[in-house]
Amino acid sequence: MDDPFVLAGETFTSRLIMGTGGIPSLDVLDGALAASGAEITTVAMRRLDPAAPGSILDVLARRGVRVLPNTAGCYTAADAVLTAQLAREALETTWVKLEVIADEHTLLPDPIELLDAAERLVNQGFLVLPYTNDDPVLARRLEQVGCVAVMPLGSPIGSGLGIRNPHNIELIVERAGVPVILDAGIGTASDAALAMELGCDGVLLASAVTRAQHPTQMAEAMRKAVEAGRLARLAGRIPVRRYAKASSPTDR
Amino acid sequence: MTVIVNGQQHELADGAMLTDVVTRLTASVRGVAVALNGSVVPRGEWASTTLTDTDQIEVLTAVQGG
Repeated sequence: MDDPFVLAGETFTSRLIMGTGGIPSLDVLDGALAASGAEITTVAMRRLDPAAPGSILDVLARRGVRVLPNTAGCYTAADAVLTAQLAREALETTWVKLEVIADEHTLLPDPIELLDAAERLVNQGFLVLPYTNDDPVLARRLEQVGCVAVMPLGSPIGSGLGIRNPHNIELIVERAGVPVILDAGIGTASDAALAMELGCDGVLLASAVTRAQHPTQMAEAMRKAVEAGRLARLAGRIPVRRYAKASSPTDR
Repeated sequence: MTVIVNGQQHELADGAMLTDVVTRLTASVRGVAVALNGSVVPRGEWASTTLTDTDQIEVLTAVQGG
Protein backbone atom coordinates (compact mmCIF):
# COMPACT_ATOMS: atom_id res chain seq x y z
CA MET A 1 0.00 0.00 0.00
CA ASP A 2 1.35 3.40 -0.98
CA ASP A 3 0.90 5.59 2.07
CA PRO A 4 3.78 8.06 2.35
CA PHE A 5 4.24 10.12 5.49
CA VAL A 6 4.96 13.73 4.51
CA LEU A 7 6.51 15.79 7.25
CA ALA A 8 7.85 19.31 6.72
CA GLY A 9 7.97 18.72 2.97
CA GLU A 10 9.90 15.48 3.21
CA THR A 11 8.53 12.03 2.54
CA PHE A 12 9.03 9.07 4.83
CA THR A 13 7.88 5.45 4.81
CA SER A 14 7.92 4.84 8.55
CA ARG A 15 5.48 6.63 10.83
CA LEU A 16 7.41 5.69 13.94
CA ILE A 17 9.89 8.23 15.31
CA MET A 18 12.33 6.91 17.88
CA GLY A 19 13.58 8.87 20.84
CA THR A 20 16.88 7.89 22.37
CA GLY A 21 16.40 8.79 26.04
CA GLY A 22 17.03 5.93 28.44
CA ILE A 23 18.86 3.67 26.01
CA PRO A 24 21.38 1.54 27.95
CA SER A 25 24.10 1.61 25.28
CA LEU A 26 24.80 2.68 21.72
CA ASP A 27 24.81 -0.99 20.66
CA VAL A 28 21.30 -1.47 22.02
CA LEU A 29 20.23 1.72 20.27
CA ASP A 30 21.61 0.43 16.99
CA GLY A 31 19.65 -2.82 17.28
CA ALA A 32 16.46 -1.10 18.39
CA LEU A 33 16.67 1.41 15.56
CA ALA A 34 17.04 -1.33 13.00
CA ALA A 35 14.09 -3.27 14.43
CA SER A 36 11.89 -0.17 14.67
CA GLY A 37 12.32 0.80 11.03
CA ALA A 38 12.39 4.43 12.20
CA GLU A 39 13.72 6.97 9.71
CA ILE A 40 13.77 9.87 12.16
CA THR A 41 15.41 9.93 15.59
CA THR A 42 15.48 12.64 18.18
CA VAL A 43 18.56 13.60 20.24
CA ALA A 44 19.20 16.05 23.06
CA MET A 45 21.86 18.75 23.27
CA ARG A 46 24.14 18.66 26.33
CA ARG A 47 27.51 19.93 27.47
CA LEU A 48 30.30 18.08 25.68
CA ASP A 49 31.86 15.41 27.89
CA PRO A 50 35.42 14.71 26.70
CA ALA A 51 35.28 11.29 28.41
CA ALA A 52 32.07 10.13 26.67
CA PRO A 53 32.64 6.87 24.74
CA GLY A 54 31.60 7.07 21.08
CA SER A 55 29.08 9.42 19.56
CA ILE A 56 25.39 8.80 19.09
CA LEU A 57 25.72 10.66 15.79
CA ASP A 58 27.95 7.89 14.40
CA VAL A 59 25.24 5.31 15.11
CA LEU A 60 22.55 7.45 13.52
CA ALA A 61 24.67 8.21 10.47
CA ARG A 62 25.38 4.51 9.99
CA ARG A 63 21.64 3.78 10.10
CA GLY A 64 20.93 6.65 7.73
CA VAL A 65 18.23 8.12 9.96
CA ARG A 66 17.37 11.78 10.02
CA VAL A 67 18.42 13.52 13.21
CA LEU A 68 15.76 15.62 14.91
CA PRO A 69 17.38 17.64 17.70
CA ASN A 70 15.22 18.47 20.69
CA THR A 71 15.24 21.04 23.44
CA ALA A 72 14.68 18.56 26.27
CA GLY A 73 15.50 20.02 29.65
CA CYS A 74 14.50 23.59 28.79
CA TYR A 75 12.12 25.40 31.15
CA THR A 76 11.84 28.78 29.44
CA ALA A 77 11.31 30.03 25.90
CA ALA A 78 14.68 31.81 26.01
CA ASP A 79 16.46 28.58 26.98
CA ALA A 80 14.68 26.60 24.28
CA VAL A 81 15.44 29.15 21.57
CA LEU A 82 19.16 29.18 22.43
CA THR A 83 19.25 25.37 22.55
CA ALA A 84 17.53 25.18 19.15
CA GLN A 85 20.03 27.64 17.71
CA LEU A 86 22.91 25.57 19.07
CA ALA A 87 21.37 22.40 17.66
CA ARG A 88 20.99 24.02 14.25
CA GLU A 89 24.64 24.99 14.31
CA ALA A 90 25.85 21.61 15.58
CA LEU A 91 23.70 19.35 13.43
CA GLU A 92 23.10 21.54 10.39
CA THR A 93 19.34 21.16 10.43
CA THR A 94 16.51 23.62 10.87
CA TRP A 95 14.26 20.88 12.26
CA VAL A 96 13.65 21.03 15.99
CA LYS A 97 11.50 19.09 18.40
CA LEU A 98 10.51 21.91 20.70
CA GLU A 99 10.17 20.89 24.31
CA VAL A 100 9.59 23.45 27.06
CA ILE A 101 8.64 21.77 30.29
CA ALA A 102 7.02 23.29 33.36
CA ASP A 103 8.58 21.24 36.14
CA GLU A 104 10.70 18.15 36.58
CA HIS A 105 8.04 16.24 38.47
CA THR A 106 5.41 16.04 35.70
CA LEU A 107 7.60 17.06 32.72
CA LEU A 108 4.39 18.52 31.28
CA PRO A 109 4.79 21.24 28.65
CA ASP A 110 4.52 24.84 29.83
CA PRO A 111 1.98 26.13 27.30
CA ILE A 112 2.84 29.83 27.68
CA GLU A 113 6.58 29.38 27.20
CA LEU A 114 6.02 26.76 24.48
CA LEU A 115 3.88 28.99 22.29
CA ASP A 116 6.28 31.89 22.77
CA ALA A 117 9.29 29.75 21.81
CA ALA A 118 7.47 28.24 18.85
CA GLU A 119 6.62 31.63 17.42
CA ARG A 120 10.17 32.93 17.86
CA LEU A 121 11.73 29.85 16.26
CA VAL A 122 9.32 29.87 13.31
CA ASN A 123 10.25 33.52 12.74
CA GLN A 124 13.92 32.49 12.71
CA GLY A 125 13.29 29.94 9.97
CA PHE A 126 13.10 26.78 12.05
CA LEU A 127 10.81 23.88 11.18
CA VAL A 128 9.21 23.47 14.57
CA LEU A 129 7.67 20.23 15.89
CA PRO A 130 6.35 21.09 19.33
CA TYR A 131 5.81 18.59 22.12
CA THR A 132 2.51 19.83 23.50
CA ASN A 133 -0.30 19.04 25.90
CA ASP A 134 -3.32 17.05 24.69
CA ASP A 135 -5.13 20.37 24.38
CA PRO A 136 -6.92 20.99 21.07
CA VAL A 137 -6.83 24.76 21.60
CA LEU A 138 -3.10 24.91 22.19
CA ALA A 139 -2.50 22.56 19.26
CA ARG A 140 -4.48 24.93 17.05
CA ARG A 141 -2.51 27.93 18.31
CA LEU A 142 0.80 26.18 17.63
CA GLU A 143 -0.31 25.43 14.09
CA GLN A 144 -1.40 29.05 13.63
CA VAL A 145 2.05 30.39 14.55
CA GLY A 146 3.55 28.16 11.85
CA CYS A 147 4.60 24.86 13.42
CA VAL A 148 5.02 22.10 10.81
CA ALA A 149 3.46 19.45 13.07
CA VAL A 150 1.92 19.18 16.51
CA MET A 151 2.98 16.48 18.94
CA PRO A 152 0.48 16.03 21.76
CA LEU A 153 1.30 13.80 24.69
CA GLY A 154 -0.70 10.69 25.46
CA SER A 155 0.36 10.94 29.10
CA PRO A 156 3.47 12.21 30.94
CA ILE A 157 6.92 11.41 29.53
CA GLY A 158 8.19 8.00 30.54
CA SER A 159 4.99 7.15 32.44
CA GLY A 160 3.82 4.38 30.11
CA LEU A 161 0.26 5.38 30.98
CA GLY A 162 -0.80 5.30 27.34
CA ILE A 163 -3.36 7.70 25.91
CA ARG A 164 -5.35 9.12 28.84
CA ASN A 165 -7.62 11.37 26.81
CA PRO A 166 -8.34 9.73 23.44
CA HIS A 167 -11.19 12.15 22.82
CA ASN A 168 -8.85 15.15 22.93
CA ILE A 169 -6.42 13.42 20.58
CA GLU A 170 -9.31 12.85 18.15
CA LEU A 171 -10.30 16.50 18.42
CA ILE A 172 -6.72 17.60 17.70
CA VAL A 173 -6.58 15.29 14.67
CA GLU A 174 -9.95 16.49 13.34
CA ARG A 175 -8.96 20.14 13.39
CA ALA A 176 -5.29 19.90 12.44
CA GLY A 177 -3.97 20.98 9.07
CA VAL A 178 -0.48 19.69 9.90
CA PRO A 179 0.64 16.18 10.87
CA VAL A 180 -0.24 15.08 14.40
CA ILE A 181 2.37 12.93 16.09
CA LEU A 182 1.52 11.28 19.40
CA ASP A 183 4.51 12.02 21.60
CA ALA A 184 5.03 10.65 25.11
CA GLY A 185 3.23 8.21 27.35
CA ILE A 186 3.29 5.14 25.12
CA GLY A 187 3.78 2.04 27.28
CA THR A 188 3.28 -0.87 24.94
CA ALA A 189 2.28 -1.78 21.41
CA SER A 190 -1.48 -1.38 21.84
CA ASP A 191 -0.96 2.27 22.89
CA ALA A 192 0.89 2.97 19.65
CA ALA A 193 -1.77 1.19 17.62
CA LEU A 194 -4.50 3.21 19.36
CA ALA A 195 -2.73 6.47 18.53
CA MET A 196 -2.80 5.57 14.85
CA GLU A 197 -6.41 4.33 15.02
CA LEU A 198 -7.38 7.70 16.48
CA GLY A 199 -5.98 9.29 13.34
CA CYS A 200 -2.53 10.41 14.38
CA ASP A 201 -0.06 10.63 11.49
CA GLY A 202 2.78 9.20 13.52
CA VAL A 203 4.06 8.15 16.92
CA LEU A 204 7.18 9.29 18.75
CA LEU A 205 8.34 7.09 21.61
CA ALA A 206 11.51 6.39 23.55
CA SER A 207 11.12 4.90 27.03
CA ALA A 208 8.67 2.21 25.93
CA VAL A 209 11.49 0.73 23.85
CA THR A 210 14.68 1.92 25.54
CA ARG A 211 13.57 0.83 29.02
CA ALA A 212 11.81 -2.37 27.93
CA GLN A 213 13.37 -5.60 29.14
CA HIS A 214 14.13 -6.45 25.53
CA PRO A 215 14.41 -3.19 23.57
CA THR A 216 14.90 -4.77 20.15
CA GLN A 217 11.79 -6.93 20.48
CA MET A 218 9.75 -3.99 21.70
CA ALA A 219 11.02 -1.86 18.82
CA GLU A 220 9.75 -4.48 16.38
CA ALA A 221 6.43 -4.62 18.24
CA MET A 222 6.10 -0.85 17.94
CA ARG A 223 6.86 -0.91 14.23
CA LYS A 224 4.12 -3.48 13.67
CA ALA A 225 1.69 -1.69 16.00
CA VAL A 226 2.09 1.62 14.18
CA GLU A 227 1.62 -0.13 10.83
CA ALA A 228 -1.41 -2.06 12.09
CA GLY A 229 -3.01 1.03 13.63
CA ARG A 230 -2.49 3.02 10.46
CA LEU A 231 -3.99 0.26 8.30
CA ALA A 232 -6.98 -0.03 10.61
CA ARG A 233 -7.54 3.72 10.49
CA LEU A 234 -7.49 3.72 6.68
CA ALA A 235 -9.60 0.55 6.48
CA GLY A 236 -12.49 2.19 8.32
CA ARG A 237 -13.57 0.31 11.40
CA ILE A 238 -17.12 -0.94 11.96
CA PRO A 239 -19.36 1.21 14.13
CA VAL A 240 -19.60 0.29 17.78
CA ARG A 241 -23.02 -1.30 18.53
CA ARG A 242 -24.86 -1.77 21.76
CA TYR A 243 -26.19 -5.23 20.85
CA ALA A 244 -25.03 -8.15 18.78
CA LYS A 245 -25.24 -8.30 15.01
CA ALA A 246 -25.12 -11.81 13.64
CA SER A 247 -22.14 -12.47 11.44
CA SER A 248 -23.52 -15.69 9.92
CA PRO A 249 -26.66 -15.96 7.74
CA THR A 250 -29.83 -16.15 9.83
CA ASP A 251 -32.10 -17.83 7.21
CA ARG A 252 -32.37 -21.62 7.31
CA MET B 1 42.80 35.23 32.11
CA THR B 2 40.10 32.98 33.47
CA VAL B 3 37.10 31.84 31.45
CA ILE B 4 34.23 29.54 32.38
CA VAL B 5 33.83 26.55 30.05
CA ASN B 6 30.77 24.37 30.65
CA GLY B 7 30.62 25.62 34.21
CA GLN B 8 34.31 25.06 35.02
CA GLN B 9 37.12 27.59 35.32
CA HIS B 10 39.87 27.42 32.71
CA GLU B 11 43.11 29.41 32.70
CA LEU B 12 44.03 30.69 29.25
CA ALA B 13 46.83 32.83 27.89
CA ASP B 14 45.84 36.36 26.98
CA GLY B 15 44.73 36.57 23.36
CA ALA B 16 43.38 33.01 23.30
CA MET B 17 40.75 32.27 20.68
CA LEU B 18 37.45 30.46 21.04
CA THR B 19 38.75 27.67 18.84
CA ASP B 20 41.50 26.97 21.42
CA VAL B 21 38.88 26.14 24.02
CA VAL B 22 36.95 23.83 21.71
CA THR B 23 39.98 21.87 20.52
CA ARG B 24 41.10 21.47 24.13
CA LEU B 25 37.83 19.61 24.82
CA THR B 26 37.54 17.49 21.70
CA ALA B 27 39.48 16.47 18.64
CA SER B 28 36.35 16.09 16.52
CA VAL B 29 34.20 19.18 16.18
CA ARG B 30 31.51 17.44 14.15
CA GLY B 31 28.16 17.84 15.88
CA VAL B 32 29.51 20.49 18.25
CA ALA B 33 28.11 23.98 18.81
CA VAL B 34 29.36 26.83 20.95
CA ALA B 35 27.69 29.68 22.78
CA LEU B 36 29.71 32.63 24.07
CA ASN B 37 28.01 34.64 26.80
CA GLY B 38 24.61 33.32 25.76
CA SER B 39 24.89 33.75 21.99
CA VAL B 40 25.71 31.15 19.38
CA VAL B 41 29.05 31.61 17.62
CA PRO B 42 29.02 29.95 14.18
CA ARG B 43 31.79 27.43 13.60
CA GLY B 44 33.39 29.63 10.96
CA GLU B 45 33.97 32.36 13.54
CA TRP B 46 35.61 30.29 16.29
CA ALA B 47 39.11 30.97 15.01
CA SER B 48 38.57 34.72 14.80
CA THR B 49 36.79 35.19 18.12
CA THR B 50 39.13 36.52 20.80
CA LEU B 51 38.25 35.62 24.38
CA THR B 52 38.32 38.01 27.29
CA ASP B 53 38.52 37.48 31.05
CA THR B 54 35.33 36.04 32.68
CA ASP B 55 33.83 34.94 29.35
CA GLN B 56 31.18 32.23 29.75
CA ILE B 57 31.47 29.50 27.12
CA GLU B 58 29.14 26.59 26.56
CA VAL B 59 30.29 23.74 24.29
CA LEU B 60 27.45 21.39 23.43
CA THR B 61 26.94 18.25 21.41
CA ALA B 62 24.19 15.76 20.64
CA VAL B 63 23.56 13.04 23.22
CA GLN B 64 20.82 10.50 23.82
CA GLY B 65 17.68 12.01 25.25
CA GLY B 66 14.24 13.37 24.56
